[in-house]
Amino acid sequence: MTFNIFVLPFSLGFIFLLLTIFFRYRKWIKALEKEDRIRFSRGLHSRKFFLSLKEILFESLLHRKMFRKNPLLGYMHMTFAFGWFLLIILGNLESRIYSGWWINPPYYPIFMKFFIHDKHVLPFEIFTVPGFFRFSMDLVLVVILSGLVLAIIKRRRSRWFGIQRTTRLQLTDKVAMTCLWLIFPLRFLAESFTSGAYGYGGGFVTQHFGNLLAILYPFSDKSIAYGFWWFYSLSLGIFFVTLPYSRYMHIPTELLLILFRNFGIKHVKSFSAYADVEVFSCSRCGVCIDVCQLATANSILNIQSVYFIQSIRDRDVRADITMKCLLCGRCTDTCPVGINTDSLRLIERRNFAINQLPVQDYIPVSIREKAEIIYFAGCMTHLTPGIIKSMITIFKTADVDFLFLDEEKTICCGRPLMITGQEDQAAKMIGMNNHLIKTSGAKLLVTSCPICYRIFREEYKLDIEVLHHSQYILQLIRKGKIPLQAYFRNVVYHDPCELGRGSGVYMEPREVLEKVADVRSIINEKNRSLCCGGSLGILNIDRHQRDAIIHETLKTLMSGNPEMIATACPLCKKTLSKHSSVMVRDIAEIVCQAIPGTKYNPVAQLTKVI
Amino acid sequence: MKQFGYSINPDRQIDYDLTDKSLLSFIVSFEPSLLSCISCGTCTATCTAGHFTDFNIRRVHTLLRRGEITTLKKEIQKCMLCGKCQLACPAGVNLRNLIRSIHVAVEKFNV
Amino acid sequence: MGKSVIIIGGGIAGMEAAARIAAMGKEVILLEKSDQLGGHLRKWDRLFPTRRKSDEVFEYLSNGLNDKVTIRLNIKINKIKKDDRHFFVILEDGESLKSDALLLTTGYDLFEAGKKEEYGYGIYDNVITSADLEAMFRNSAEIKTSGNQKPRRVGFVHCVGSRDEKAGHLYCSKVCCVTGVKQAIEIKEKQPDTEIFCFYMDLRMFDRYFEDLYYEAQQKWGIQFIRGRLSESCENPDHSILVKVEDTLTGRPLKMTVDLLVLLSGFVPSSDTNKLADMLGLLPGSDGFLTPVDEHFRTNETQVDGLFLAGTVKGPATIENTITDARSAAISIIKYLEK
Ligand code: SF4
Ligand code: SF4
Ligand code: SF4
Ligand code: SF4
Ligand code: SF4
Repeated sequence: MTFNIFVLPFSLGFIFLLLTIFFRYRKWIKALEKEDRIRFSRGLHSRKFFLSLKEILFESLLHRKMFRKNPLLGYMHMTFAFGWFLLIILGNLESRIYSGWWINPPYYPIFMKFFIHDKHVLPFEIFTVPGFFRFSMDLVLVVILSGLVLAIIKRRRSRWFGIQRTTRLQLTDKVAMTCLWLIFPLRFLAESFTSGAYGYGGGFVTQHFGNLLAILYPFSDKSIAYGFWWFYSLSLGIFFVTLPYSRYMHIPTELLLILFRNFGIKHVKSFSAYADVEVFSCSRCGVCIDVCQLATANSILNIQSVYFIQSIRDRDVRADITMKCLLCGRCTDTCPVGINTDSLRLIERRNFAINQLPVQDYIPVSIREKAEIIYFAGCMTHLTPGIIKSMITIFKTADVDFLFLDEEKTICCGRPLMITGQEDQAAKMIGMNNHLIKTSGAKLLVTSCPICYRIFREEYKLDIEVLHHSQYILQLIRKGKIPLQAYFRNVVYHDPCELGRGSGVYMEPREVLEKVADVRSIINEKNRSLCCGGSLGILNIDRHQRDAIIHETLKTLMSGNPEMIATACPLCKKTLSKHSSVMVRDIAEIVCQAIPGTKYNPVAQLTKVI
Repeated sequence: MKQFGYSINPDRQIDYDLTDKSLLSFIVSFEPSLLSCISCGTCTATCTAGHFTDFNIRRVHTLLRRGEITTLKKEIQKCMLCGKCQLACPAGVNLRNLIRSIHVAVEKFNV
Repeated sequence: MGKSVIIIGGGIAGMEAAARIAAMGKEVILLEKSDQLGGHLRKWDRLFPTRRKSDEVFEYLSNGLNDKVTIRLNIKINKIKKDDRHFFVILEDGESLKSDALLLTTGYDLFEAGKKEEYGYGIYDNVITSADLEAMFRNSAEIKTSGNQKPRRVGFVHCVGSRDEKAGHLYCSKVCCVTGVKQAIEIKEKQPDTEIFCFYMDLRMFDRYFEDLYYEAQQKWGIQFIRGRLSESCENPDHSILVKVEDTLTGRPLKMTVDLLVLLSGFVPSSDTNKLADMLGLLPGSDGFLTPVDEHFRTNETQVDGLFLAGTVKGPATIENTITDARSAAISIIKYLEK
């Protein structure tokens, strides 16, 4: 007999789930732009497909990134994902022995212990083929149960898992989660009761546990076992039906996301199928909550990526939540699924753009003189004249002929408009500035502002090289064009968000700094560095909330006990200076100071070692 | 007060009793820091847009506080949200959000 | 043995309080971190509104210090302890000084003008502070630019580091307005050809004769006042300074070249005060200055029994007010000692 009515809840749920996933995948793939669809079908037949499979194995099943974040958390996720995966594989192989077919109805391996009671295999007989399977199946089940215990503890004591705050759950999540948590204990009990009642057929744990149960409940015969098989099937069925409407939809969606990503499909300016796949790939793990400084410094707990993404999923995107984000990129950096949360946020901000904000037609000035190199300080840098003066000194020392593009009158680079969602207006400014830069005939554009730097690289489509001044200074030092003599003690470097996580420039500023200073490393640096608090990404927090972020960031920086904080952004410099007890200087200023014989002393009070 | 006499020009005074302050209270509910402005003019002095146009952000929001909103829509469009003003403001006025709120209000109240 | 008082800080308030307490027969130990008494007073040339020489005030204060006052200069305090009745001030070399009451007169620091980077102090040669200008007056030198020229035009910037959330100080420093006007007049007296502009947000000429000074500045000397706060300054190739401001009264942005820019630095709580307050468990007010028990009636007493405050340790004040406050502290202390 290979059928029993109790398999129906599972089977129907399973079919429902497969169909839902199929239709959702189809919807997403169909919604791709034409080029992306081509990318997708090409990708399926390329090496990238196998790379994706590898990534799926390591990330979706083994949860490698989670392991790195916190081994306990990684283990927990792995037991569920990889454990279940193994149960399916092993179960299918095992069932083949008894059915003789390669293909079995899906329920058959799942409920095999109900149908098959193999007397001839002993619980510890691991060196025969059926014995091996029976043993492994039990082992995997026990491992999954251990993961389950951890999951229950995590809901209560998330700190043990390196998580300060867990996410709030919705109703479908709760139902699905309860079913998920029940599935494996029920399976365990069903198998145990069955093998106990028969006196054979179980694995090394289920059989012994089953024997015990048989002693405790001798009257039960097989009816208790049968009841548990029903419950087991029901919990699976309900889980499968609720899955597409719960957080667990992230499991099938993430597989597609990995394929999309590896095939080169990216975010576009509007909400695309790719964005939607990202939204549904969020596992609501909550890892993004703890890294967010609005949470840690300000106890604002409703705007983090997990909630923001949820609001997109629920089609309830609200302006204040969308706008309340530093766009610091810390959550994107830490997200184990690799969701580009800043891009999602920007896309949504565009929906709140004010259409009737036509930027004036500022008349692009024609360039007076031509130069090989142009220097664009940036709006903010005009409020930190120390940086400008240092850059000019550096240019002069290196004997570089340059044109100071925004010495007097220029417009903003456009990024501040863009990150508030005013895409069209930003485009206009980009166009005007582009014209200005192109007519200068320059081959290299150097800027002191990471905000400008990022938009120059990402949006301007310039055919000339663009460098942040830290990169440019490094080139000059390497070419031996600026002699350096001084050396400063105890400096820590603050990575500006837009330069570090935003543009991936981590090493050049450090390399420059190491030439002139003893740079101490601190916790939370490079991709983990904190936001200074001055971010233009956010509009709706007040000065006290900004101050809280500044203090938090300074605390981290001061953990290195520095005599000076170095940074590479005028906004960071000004923001941190507000509350810093040690001086905050741009690396351009520090380098300038180290040039022998410079008249201008931006860090005069500091002790030089050499 | 009784109005009498003739004039070829509209009255030049701000008639504070008659001006519409609902827009202001709407904006202040979004950005209460407007109330801490000390009219120092730093924002206007540093304003990137002010270098090119007759845009005067301080005047714009001072007039708003007096209930003078007729030119608001046209004026506020000149800002590029660069944030330089906010970085310089000594009273901690959240100017970028203020400007955004003015836009939102202008759209909502259709002035 | 009679009762004794330790006064920490040998500026105006410390000197005057020491004199008054000593005059009433108590022993006073006056501790000073630098190598001379008088504090900021010694760096000033003439005082507003009278334009009396600051040295005269110093002389008066010094004359009050009789043989009951032990002056200790170059003092560094390591720790302060207190038991039921006594304070123990432990110096860095381990010496312990004992007293029945303690008076803090540690004063203020001038705001570091370099922190207001956009004004260019420490970056541009021709941006100086009011203290730098006062030093020029004291040396009775000619007022000159870095290029050794007589400035044709001088700008004064009010509220540097005061009334400024970005500088971390929201309060008004009270005396910089009148200092600016006084200094502007002094430049005119010395070099009448100089054109002078003061950039102010509000002119706080609150005390007696201050307004007269303002009147004189305009009427007699033609000093001009522009209502607007500087946003930034840049350096011209000839090292003169281009300032950017809004002339808020005409409602238009204004730029102007000046040969010398004077920043009227405000008062900030002195760094030493913070350390001492920590040792004594005193909580500063929201502005960072120390606060007495009651702002109206018990203006010198603190939460700590026997510990008193006087002068600018409690916030910006004129010299006249500081002297008065020191006397009031002396009375409170005597009353406390005789209890
Ligand atoms: S956005 Fe990423 S880190 Fe945040 S909850 Fe979703 S999956 Fe986790
Ligand atoms: S980008 Fe930064 S501020 Fe925004 S949600 Fe992520 S961590 Fe929080
Ligand atoms: S800078 Fe700030 S305080 Fe000054 S006028 Fe502008 S908004 Fe008001
Ligand atoms: S944000 Fe607008 S008002 Fe402020 S400085 Fe920039 S352009 Fe001017
Ligand atoms: S006294 Fe005058 S210059 Fe000084 S802070 Fe007050 S208003 Fe500003």
